[in-house]
Amino acid sequence: MTKKDHHDHDHAHTLLPSDPVLRAKALETLLVGKGLVDPAAVDAIVDTFSNDIGPRNGAHVVARSWSDPDYRARLLADGTAAMAELGYSGMQGEHMVAVENSDQVHNVVVCTLCSCYPWPVLGLPPVWFKSPEYRARVVREPRAVLSEFGLELPDDVEIRVWDSTAEIRYLVVPQRPAGCEALDEAALADLVTRDSMIGTGVAMNPETS
Amino acid sequence: MDSVHDLGGVEGFGPIPIEADEPVFHDAWEGRVMGMRFLMGFWRRWNIDGNRHSLEQLPPSEYLAMSYYEKWAAGVVNLSVEKGLLTRDEVRTGQPAADAEPLTPPVDAAGVLAFLPKGRPADREIDAAPTFAPGDVVRTARHMHAGHTRLPRYLRDRVGEIVLHHGAHVFPDVSATMAGDAPQHLYAVRFDGREIWGASAEPGHSVTADLWESYLVSATSA
Repeated sequence: MTKKDHHDHDHAHTLLPSDPVLRAKALETLLVGKGLVDPAAVDAIVDTFSNDIGPRNGAHVVARSWSDPDYRARLLADGTAAMAELGYSGMQGEHMVAVENSDQVHNVVVCTLCSCYPWPVLGLPPVWFKSPEYRARVVREPRAVLSEFGLELPDDVEIRVWDSTAEIRYLVVPQRPAGCEALDEAALADLVTRDSMIGTGVAMNPETS
Repeated sequence: MDSVHDLGGVEGFGPIPIEADEPVFHDAWEGRVMGMRFLMGFWRRWNIDGNRHSLEQLPPSEYLAMSYYEKWAAGVVNLSVEKGLLTRDEVRTGQPAADAEPLTPPVDAAGVLAFLPKGRPADREIDAAPTFAPGDVVRTARHMHAGHTRLPRYLRDRVGEIVLHHGAHVFPDVSATMAGDAPQHLYAVRFDGREIWGASAEPGHSVTADLWESYLVSATSA
């Protein structure tokens, strides 16, 4: 095999600049120059995921489920429809299932094969969710992993790990903390952390939030 | 395919890299790459399954060394060349070829913002009745094939229980090659930790994965 033949068998991405900043710039110049990408559409995506689509959406869903028993029933029966009621739908959340924590069961979500994550309600995933460490370990030693997040669960609590291997996206509904009976929906939503909806955390207590 | 993307249960990794107050993007280039990869999908030369397969085909050492958005940049370039949207020379020079044919206008900001709340549902109506129902006990296949598949290694040849039937969904093993949707019934299947990991499993846990019908055979005892 000649050197050129060998080179042509390499992946095309190796032809880009190696520095990530320069690589992204070169790629955008090329894709825009060729008419493949509208840079204003890139701006719109960055702005939307930076400002509009994030875990406050999911917190709204959870707070509604805590405060409205009829909504909770609809959420557990058809997560996609119940989240759409509140305006959360679409890309990477086309098929939503809500799984509720209880005194007996704690749910936690992972995608071992890639990085599937429910964008409409949680936004883009944090680095740890996409990391080899989390993807490898949480299905095998969930208690050890949760303890790294500061979550120690008694041995009699069953841990259900959900591996997102298809286009179903799972949202964990954390337990409602005690002592928040007087709070309205907006105040309840402030107790709901991103990690509590992935299952690597629990909702905050009202006195510590 | 059996590569390092299939991480479930792999031993030897260290602590989870938890970052307090993490920003959505750590640097502006990450957002640009995320947007470009998303927008290139609108040319429909590939789909979400082919997109995932492009990352799986990175050499294992690169896959583990690259950050998430570095993988995205690599994947979109490799797919664009493979599917004829870019040439290797264009990637090398950073300039469109002089004789490049003009393309129809790309999706604009309004188009992509209108698309986001709709997405691309993966459920399909099929005539075939589901073979399994919640409560049924099934055994997973031992191995699928060298292309894209969504049966993780750690759940092969394991016995679990159907807990949800999701209806019929696009089958990634076929869809990734753009050979059609080939929809099959899709189920959430629950496996006890001891079934997967043996006697050393942590107490009281299970793993539930969404698996297509052709990954499963009945294991319900008569």
